[in-house]
Amino acid sequence: MKQFALLLERLAFTPRRLGKIRHLVDYFAATPDPTRGLALAALTGDLDLRRVSPSLLRGLVGERVDPELFRLSYDFVGDLAETIALIWDGPEQGADPPLPVVIKTLRETPKTDLPRLISGQLDELGPSERYAFLKLATGGMRVGVSARMARMAVAEYGDLDVTGIEEVWHGLEPPFTELFAWAEGRPRPEAAAHAPFRPVMLSTATDFEALESLDPALFAAEWKWDGIRVQATNDRGIRRLYSRTGEEISNAFPDIIEALNFEGTIDGELLVRRDDRVAPFGDLQKRLGRKTVSAKMRASHPAALRAYDLLVHGSEDLRQLPFERRRKALENLVREIDEPRIDISTLLPFATWEDLAALRADPPDAVVEGVMIKRLDSPYLAGRMKGPWFKWKRDPMLIDAVLLYAQRGHGKRSGYYSDFTFGVWDGDQLVPVGKAYFGFTDAELRELDRFVRNNTTDRFGPVRAVAPAKVVEVAFEGLNRSTRHKSGVAMRFPRISRIRDDKPAAEADTLSNLREFLPKE
Amino acid sequence: MDSAADILTNTPEGLYCPAGGFHIDPVRPVPKALITHGHADHARAGHGAVLATAQTLDIMAIRYGEDFTGSRQIADGATTVGDTRVTFHPAGHVLGSAQIAVEQGGRRAVVSGDYSRVPSPACAPYEPVPCEIFVTEATFGLPVFRHPDPMKEISKLLVSVQSFPERCHLVGVYALGKAQRVIMLLRLAGWDGPIYIHGALARLCEYHVSQGVALGDLRAATVERGGKADFAGAIILGPPSAFASTWAQRFPDPVICFASGWMQVRARARQRGVELPLIISDHVDWPDLTRTIAELDPEETWVTHGREDAVIRWCEMNGRAARPLRLVGYEDEVES
Ligand SMILES: [Zn+2]
Ligand SMILES: [Zn+2]
Repeated sequence: MKQFALLLERLAFTPRRLGKIRHLVDYFAATPDPTRGLALAALTGDLDLRRVSPSLLRGLVGERVDPELFRLSYDFVGDLAETIALIWDGPEQGADPPLPVVIKTLRETPKTDLPRLISGQLDELGPSERYAFLKLATGGMRVGVSARMARMAVAEYGDLDVTGIEEVWHGLEPPFTELFAWAEGRPRPEAAAHAPFRPVMLSTATDFEALESLDPALFAAEWKWDGIRVQATNDRGIRRLYSRTGEEISNAFPDIIEALNFEGTIDGELLVRRDDRVAPFGDLQKRLGRKTVSAKMRASHPAALRAYDLLVHGSEDLRQLPFERRRKALENLVREIDEPRIDISTLLPFATWEDLAALRADPPDAVVEGVMIKRLDSPYLAGRMKGPWFKWKRDPMLIDAVLLYAQRGHGKRSGYYSDFTFGVWDGDQLVPVGKAYFGFTDAELRELDRFVRNNTTDRFGPVRAVAPAKVVEVAFEGLNRSTRHKSGVAMRFPRISRIRDDKPAAEADTLSNLREFLPKE
Repeated sequence: MDSAADILTNTPEGLYCPAGGFHIDPVRPVPKALITHGHADHARAGHGAVLATAQTLDIMAIRYGEDFTGSRQIADGATTVGDTRVTFHPAGHVLGSAQIAVEQGGRRAVVSGDYSRVPSPACAPYEPVPCEIFVTEATFGLPVFRHPDPMKEISKLLVSVQSFPERCHLVGVYALGKAQRVIMLLRLAGWDGPIYIHGALARLCEYHVSQGVALGDLRAATVERGGKADFAGAIILGPPSAFASTWAQRFPDPVICFASGWMQVRARARQRGVELPLIISDHVDWPDLTRTIAELDPEETWVTHGREDAVIRWCEMNGRAARPLRLVGYEDEVES
């Protein structure tokens, strides 16, 4: 437990990504199984523990500490687990129970005994371990390490390719013993690779001027639908639906899972579709993040998959084939599947970029975000590279940004954090690029407000800094150069057009993406 | 005059003693000031006359120049000031620091200034002085503040120096007290090598040495003679204000450390971009603060600069009369 607590401290205070990865690598090298794998699971969010609620913790501390003194302390410290770890009258040099034992106890203790267990642990542990223990118990380490970064550290430790790890990740379970064995030179855990997630190919933004230098005959185009990019796979009967970051979302979409009557892996857009009508993104959002789905919800918000690409067919990996050939195979497969919940994304007819611009300006459906442009000869490659695939979004200009600060609103919003500052990536830093205080629905406002309250990392007077974990889509009408802003750009009329809970912060847009919206000089 | 509470009153300049005609640690120029210690928010230049310990007077002269006051008087034994009898007692905070006891009509008020009950080799240990009125600081007056053993904190620094031999460690310290404390802790932990210091720390370090506080091999943190690589593996001390300046850019990939009681709170450390927080304080933490009040058992406790509300609340819970002074001008972030 002491080493784990120390790791959390180091990760929390090490500002740079590379530094964090180095601390993780050192920890993996120095720590035996199963401890290191459990620590990894804690960081990637794969430790399936019952979450101890903040109110339970408040109750416990209320038995030991005067509520007024606690309130003053919490106000000052700003984080519940940290306040309790500091204020708890435990030893300065505490016990060092093995991490696996701590986790096993947390997992196996019946709910009614949890308060006693937690008090007992806090009485034995030193301050840094109390903090680590409370973070384990409440879930959410908040040390600035994403699941992907943790997997990159395993890759670094074993000198492996991170995409290789991501392919087997979903077949593995804590404490990831086979993964570390692989990292230490033993064979790759193939059994884990059933129905794996295959890293998704992404596009870069483009515009008319950039396209003009390209030959339209070399490209295919299709609508970019405003749903969620997913990967649907059936590997010898194992069916899974993944988000584009590789999170498994099968449970929320049993209707899709049931329709996967094929062998292979399809890349497509998850939508809510009623007959031929694609519903707005908000409808899809209602189905996200559920452990189970009611029959009523399935009927009122029926999910559908619109297929873009075919990665694997039967036992054959098609990813190295050109897009054109994968597309033919996809057309055949979708016809064979013959499921009403699965259809194919149509290719757009165009001879010139002007043709495509005309289509883009007047799409047949409001749920179209723009067009996707793909080189006919492009293999399916992991990640985002400039060249083979482009997205040409509809106006208004849209970027995905990360919430950084929030301030309370006025008037009828005075109780809510409703003025938001958001930022985009510049290297590994987030730079603020604008402020927005409208565009969201009342329900979205409540969600944002709750996020701000639960994720405050700092306070400056009325302003709260929040953990960089919430991605919002910002729509704006234009972008100008500005010397008054650190980012060098100023947005015109920015508003939050929707919340992107499907997108991790690391995949928000970059400052150079944003700069592409600048008028050409 | 029979109430101890009449010995001192609260004025915009700070605490004032009407019978003695003097202020204690005033925040604005006054005719006569008694100064507890040399930190900038307690010891200011421009008073008509100053009464303080010899070391505090020396420190004020180093910081502000010899003409920092009209006249000065060394506190040595009991001094009669107006109708009061004044004595200075060790506060255990920094070199020269003192608590000031003011007696009048058989009653006594003690102004602690800043104080610490963890012994520091740079100054005499805190001395409990029985009193009717105790004026306590409250810099770390919240139950979340329990300072760990400073040796444990310094060993964190040494472990980090070992783990990152190619980097240097840039430790933020305040010039009076914390700089010398960190140096002495390093020496105690067995670090005999050179310690590099920013120019702003030099004179006060020299003064400590002249007062018999051994600091070992100190060198100027300048790169004029060599390159960046000379500082790989080095420990460099500087005032936090210098970290944002070009001075800090001359060192190889520095690990930013900061030695302060504030480092107990993560958000505070992150806000300053600190990579290695070192919880080293020269103030009382919550257990020592409350223990001191309980031991002295004064008729009244007055609470000043810091988290007054929590200390007042503790006094209330323990049936002790207490009131907040709400003095302005003492800085939270400075020299803690
Ligand atoms: Zn002080
Ligand atoms: Zn002070």
